Amino acid sequence: MTIRIRAGSARRFARSAAQTAAATLALTWGAAVLAADTIKVGVLHSLSGTRAISETTLKDTVLMLVDEQNKKGGLLGKKLEAVVVDPASNWPLFAEKAKELLAKDKVDVIYGCWTSVSRKSVLPVVEEMNGLLFYPVQYEGEESSKNVFYTGAAPNQQAIPAVDYLMKDVGVKRWVLAGTDYVYPRTTNKILEAYLKSKGVAAEDIMINYTPFGHSDWQTIVADIKKFGSAGKKTAVVSTINGDANVPFYKELGNQGISAESIPVVAFSVGEEELSGFDTSPLVGHLAAWNYFMSVDTPANAAFIEQWHAFIKDPKRVTNDPMEATYIGFNLWVKAVEKAKTTEVDAVRKAIYGLSVPNLTGGSAVMLPNHHITKPVLIGEIQADGQFEVVWQTDKEVPGDAWTDHLPESAKITADWQDPAINCGNYNTQTKTCSGQNY
Amino acid sequence: MNRHCTFRIWLGACRIWLGACRIWLGACLLALAAVAEPAAPPGAELQTADFETLALRLGTAGFGEKQELVEQLAAAADPRVPALLEAMLAGALYRDVVGGGIVALQGDRRTPLAGTVRADAPGAELRKITVNNSLRSALRPLLATTRLRAPDAEVRIAAARTLTGTAPAALAATLERVRADEADARVRDALDTALASLRLADPDPAVRAAAIAVLARQSDKAILTLLEQRMAVEQDAEIAAQLGKVIASLRAREQAFALVGDLFFGLSLGSVLLLAAVGLAITFGVMGVINMAHGEMIMLGAYTTYVVQLLMPNHIEWSLAVAVPAAFLVAALVGVAIERGVIRFLYGRPLETLLATFGISLILQQLVRTIFSPLNKSVITPQWLSGSWQVNGMLSLTYNRLYIILFALAVLLALVALLRRTPIGLQMRAVTQNRAMAGSMGIRTGRVDALTFGLGSGIAGIAGVALSQLTNVGPNLGQAYIIDSFLVVVFGGVGNLFGTFVAAMGLGVVTKFAEPLVGAVLAKILILVFVILFIQWRPRGLFALKGRFVGD
Repeated sequence: MTIRIRAGSARRFARSAAQTAAATLALTWGAAVLAADTIKVGVLHSLSGTRAISETTLKDTVLMLVDEQNKKGGLLGKKLEAVVVDPASNWPLFAEKAKELLAKDKVDVIYGCWTSVSRKSVLPVVEEMNGLLFYPVQYEGEESSKNVFYTGAAPNQQAIPAVDYLMKDVGVKRWVLAGTDYVYPRTTNKILEAYLKSKGVAAEDIMINYTPFGHSDWQTIVADIKKFGSAGKKTAVVSTINGDANVPFYKELGNQGISAESIPVVAFSVGEEELSGFDTSPLVGHLAAWNYFMSVDTPANAAFIEQWHAFIKDPKRVTNDPMEATYIGFNLWVKAVEKAKTTEVDAVRKAIYGLSVPNLTGGSAVMLPNHHITKPVLIGEIQADGQFEVVWQTDKEVPGDAWTDHLPESAKITADWQDPAINCGNYNTQTKTCSGQNY
Repeated sequence: MNRHCTFRIWLGACRIWLGACRIWLGACLLALAAVAEPAAPPGAELQTADFETLALRLGTAGFGEKQELVEQLAAAADPRVPALLEAMLAGALYRDVVGGGIVALQGDRRTPLAGTVRADAPGAELRKITVNNSLRSALRPLLATTRLRAPDAEVRIAAARTLTGTAPAALAATLERVRADEADARVRDALDTALASLRLADPDPAVRAAAIAVLARQSDKAILTLLEQRMAVEQDAEIAAQLGKVIASLRAREQAFALVGDLFFGLSLGSVLLLAAVGLAITFGVMGVINMAHGEMIMLGAYTTYVVQLLMPNHIEWSLAVAVPAAFLVAALVGVAIERGVIRFLYGRPLETLLATFGISLILQQLVRTIFSPLNKSVITPQWLSGSWQVNGMLSLTYNRLYIILFALAVLLALVALLRRTPIGLQMRAVTQNRAMAGSMGIRTGRVDALTFGLGSGIAGIAGVALSQLTNVGPNLGQAYIIDSFLVVVFGGVGNLFGTFVAAMGLGVVTKFAEPLVGAVLAKILILVFVILFIQWRPRGLFALKGRFVGD
């Protein structure tokens, strides 16, 4: 396996000399030969900056999968070659690096992005240059691009089932929707608020709170939640708090004595990786909703964990949901390429609809015509060892819904890239037209 | 260790107590059984054999079945019940996969509770008996009931508090008997409250009135909620009027305590700002160097704490005491190296200094990423820094914040003493006030510059130790505090430590009072706008220094 690492902007000008030399070389003796020899897999995950904490793991996951595939003899008789670039947690740089991958490296597929803003920044590039992006993170939905496959959860595969669980099984009557102030929590909370109100929850029983990225002083907000939750009705916090801010948030919950029994917190962005940063004993019993947990007891998962530990050479490293989404996305693409017998984007795209690959929780993931997949929904309680104990799960896989049914303006929109009569990501079922936007 | 000891003492005492109080227990358990397990035939006292079978079934039951089993177990007259419930609540109950028995694990100590447990069963063959939230909330009152006669008064008080508002009505008789036998006045008080919470629903208005009078003495949010809930269903006009009065006075008390709480939150945020900014007050305020790498000094301090904890894994309680001087040294040495290596060539050229130190901050971040990985590191919080001091039911102050306030003040005082009372402090002030004059007096100004910069950096390192207890220890830690630090120093008045103190505390308190009103995002924006406007009005900050060197 060949890995070429492209550094971020910081090292860019130091590199230009080397690049010129490389370009001359490539021109003189056969870039065409090289390109024909391998199938290139672009990896567009931040390896530096604030998001490096989560995205580095996904870069390693793709490298592991490429390695594995090559050991199996590659794809269509060719070896896979990973091309790693570092967009450095810098949103405009994501678009630039995507362009570089497609135009210069001519990659056949890209695995990448984490935050919604990075995906939105890459979107016009992959659409214009007809690239293929697999996006492995749970997100707010309201999107279906011809060139993007969403292997993470849409809101109906994470947020809505979690709220249903709290309402029916835990008997929650009062809701705190707490999130970091950006597009994913804002949209998710908008959907959840509409959903809760449709279920008869009064406006005064919903508290919505937003905090800046990396918020570290949670004293007053936790005190507010405590006060809101002491009104005699069972209260739960639905948290879309992102990444780093979670550690001080949970610490404050523990210090102010809010136990999971009194006010459970269900989180959509806290997984094994985030919990590996701290002592989870004060958090035992708080919840998270995902489509995969490392603790899931299936042969496929055991094999995946073993493979991961062997690849990363650290038996303490955890696996998490976006890793499973990357795994599913990779296998779906491999299967589609084998079916289409080419890596040409449009052929692969047409081949992938309806394909099914096993997931790690004992079921299977099917690619739908709206570019989302079917996923089971699992609710887990945090344990003292930083793992999750599954306390509830859906009977079967839930198909991902690109446009939520709980907001009036989205309910009438549907995405279908397979049906020739629709063939767009935002078909209005009332006016029978596509809105004309690219996604 | 501590828990383990109390557990043993308490287990022993429970046995004695169980023997002595058989009659009481029978009645109590009957009452419980009647409530918890209606299927159990009345009068049937569950025997030890039942305990065994019930406990063994726990090993393989689902969550729903476990709930029933736990309730039946609590009613079983067996001395092992409290130990089993406690271990289960703590998530320390395991099943020996081969032997089939049930065992409680506490550290390395194994207490077999039921069935066959092999003493040498390997850890992998012990499967944890998992609990979920609804099980935990069912376990707590059950366990509290068994603890009402525990030898430790604190345990009895805690048990009575747990039962306040959660006890089933049938427990009233038991509580009354325990109350009659209780010698400790504080425990009696707690039991009275628990009893009163049950009597709120008593059909006799006189009993209700007495209960309300008892509850009115408590400053407790949970009791206020109980009273409010009673108010909603109260039929008797007289009682309703009494309730209304009590609720109003409790609400007023709640508001007063909330104000105290907000003030505490503000002061503690202020202390964090002060810790982060006070080092900058020296490098930027006193020396005039715009040090963009200041945040990375804080980060280095936090990572030093992490390394110290790695080096002394068995003495975590003491790790912070070692980390403070270690972090000071590490950050100070890096600071001196930066000053000698880069900054001294750039004095008087603020723009170049800014760019150079920004570059250094990026280098330090990436260095840490390369050495420690980009993942956040887990810094353990010692036991004495966790939890909170429950002043009363309406006000609790978290220990970590309490210690940080004290720590910040101590650091500030030590720094002021150093600058005012030591020869090196005198030299530092001399050089910053008039470099040429100080030089002609024989002070080696270059050396003093390096030491001053090292001091400022070292204090940032100490701030890192404190912050490692509050937030993530990762490569970006410093970035989160650099802007706030500059804000505090500029607002307080450049070169003035007292100004830095007042500015930090002021901004902290204002932020915390604004947050509940306008939200955290807007609060941050408002503070920023306020400081910008303030600087327009008073460019030198709150406490401008007067003297000849000002403006040079």
